[in-house]
Amino acid sequence: MNERVIQMLAEGTVDTVYMTLVSTLFGYIIGLPVGVILTVSDKDGIKPNAVLYRILDVIINIMRSIPFLILLILLIPFTRFLVGKSYGTTATIVPLTISAAPYIARMVESSLKEVSPGVIEAARSMGASNWTIVFRVLLVEAKTSLIVGATITLGTILGYSAMAGTVGGGGLGDIAIRYGYNRWQTDIMLITVALLVILFQIFQMIGMKIASALDHRK
Amino acid sequence: MSVIEVKHLSKTFQQKDLKVDALSDINLSIEKGDIYGIIGMSGAGKSTLVRCLNFLERPSDGQVLIDGQDLGALDEKQLRAQRMKIAMIFQNFNLLMQKNAVDNIIFPLQIQGKPRKEARQRAKELLETVGLADKAKSYPSQLSGGQQQRVAIARALACDPSILLCDEATSALDPQTTESILNLLKEINEKMGITIVIITHQMSVIQKICNRVAIIENGHLVEHGNVVDIFNHPKSRAARELILRDATGGGTASFGENAQVDEIREGQKLRIVYSANSAFEPVIANMILQFGHPVNILRANTKNVGGVAKGDMLLQLPDDRELRFKMEDYLKEKGLEIEEVDDDE
Ligand SMILES: Nc1ncnc2c1ncn2[C@@H]1O[C@H](COP(=O)(O)OP(=O)(O)OP(=O)(O)O)[C@@H](O)[C@H]1O
Ligand SMILES: [Mg+2]
Repeated sequence: MNERVIQMLAEGTVDTVYMTLVSTLFGYIIGLPVGVILTVSDKDGIKPNAVLYRILDVIINIMRSIPFLILLILLIPFTRFLVGKSYGTTATIVPLTISAAPYIARMVESSLKEVSPGVIEAARSMGASNWTIVFRVLLVEAKTSLIVGATITLGTILGYSAMAGTVGGGGLGDIAIRYGYNRWQTDIMLITVALLVILFQIFQMIGMKIASALDHRK
Repeated sequence: MSVIEVKHLSKTFQQKDLKVDALSDINLSIEKGDIYGIIGMSGAGKSTLVRCLNFLERPSDGQVLIDGQDLGALDEKQLRAQRMKIAMIFQNFNLLMQKNAVDNIIFPLQIQGKPRKEARQRAKELLETVGLADKAKSYPSQLSGGQQQRVAIARALACDPSILLCDEATSALDPQTTESILNLLKEINEKMGITIVIITHQMSVIQKICNRVAIIENGHLVEHGNVVDIFNHPKSRAARELILRDATGGGTASFGENAQVDEIREGQKLRIVYSANSAFEPVIANMILQFGHPVNILRANTKNVGGVAKGDMLLQLPDDRELRFKMEDYLKEKGLEIEEVDDDE
């Protein structure tokens, strides 16, 4: 294997990590507040609002039911408007973020709902406002579960980023398609797959380590 | 002025088409320094009532006045400020699982906006008060139930409340731990002058530390007054049931208890109350000797307090009517208060 290929694989790995991390970050910037609003406005939440909950619920369900590849294509005009082009790593971050956000919102919602109602009640009995409950009780008590959720999300987005490679998204997925599929260079394809597996393992390991280090429930 | 005054309080829960009247027209007044017990069977409405006292639950009707202030007249912000003066502890402790003992106690002080250093200092003092100075850095999962409840009590005291509400605070604890938590509550009441409201389904808890008690049944307040009066002369069926059921402090119905009830179906049952002036002498033994006929002691719950017997006893007398009346007279003569207990209770 020549140096050019190694160079390419290294760049591909960096691109993939970049896309995955940045998309997850943006995904959380949108998904975390939405997840909080879902939890708060649900009928057992601290400030129930049936209409708001229903609207968010429907939007999330619709977005999550669109297959990622279709979303990628549907978003091309929007991506072009935002980044100036519709291919390459930075452009891929747009559809990745948009498909991750509703997924993240659901993850956050389910983590926050694990917080015991008794603890919330105790905080209310101390005169805590809803803001205090969200920032000092819900998010703090659920932190381990939130981090586990983020780890799972990271793995999912890593997979999606590879998928985006099929339409010129850059990164390892892109390399796998170009060399493995279009040029029948199976060895390069296998190496990219191995690299993806290793990245996935590293993300999972780090995420779970952090989660268990921060958990004081046992 | 009463510290807590409840006027015509009702609470109805609407569940789909089903309406549940959890509380109906409750009237209560709790005075400063009281340890006020609220007792009733499961589902009677105790938790709902105590949650109405700090408006965690808004009553459907009626008023709650704290130091004369009508909670219903307060806006959200004023209500939150008022709640800081009404602390609460729970059956399941409800500590923040991701914070250690000190940080749990600091939490309400943070809500109040106290400076971090001052809050930490106060938390340390409170841990000392509840006897857990060495557990400051422990997380709830590393503490026993009793220790967790102590942390919860320290947390409740952090904001210098004038009232402490306890919803089944000892129900998840074993008898020894219950005893120690009750002693702590009593100490808090005496030393800090905090008015305490205790919700329980165990008469033994009421007997141990409360001075006054209210009995609720199916959302109605059926009897209230001094603990001694109600314990010695219960008027309502619910009160008698609670007193009789709570045999040895356990309280919760178990297989053993049911078996006992079955055994004592026949024969007149008699409850003897040792009030203040009954001497601690073997009255029952003497009675048996005198009449030459055995009686069945179904339960005894007496204590020798400075030579004076306190508590009560449940006897099963012989079927023979004449003998029974003689025995009852004998007991009355000895200065005991007696009360016939119906079999169907
Ligand atoms: N949020 C609610 N929605 C509907 N019904 C409720 C609600 N909370 C309580 N209830 C009903 O109100 C009644 C009183 O409940 P509550 O929890 O006050 O009883 P309790 O005396 O505390 O019982 P326990 O000893 O089991 O704790 C019950 O019939 C219960 O089902
Ligand atoms: Mg209850």
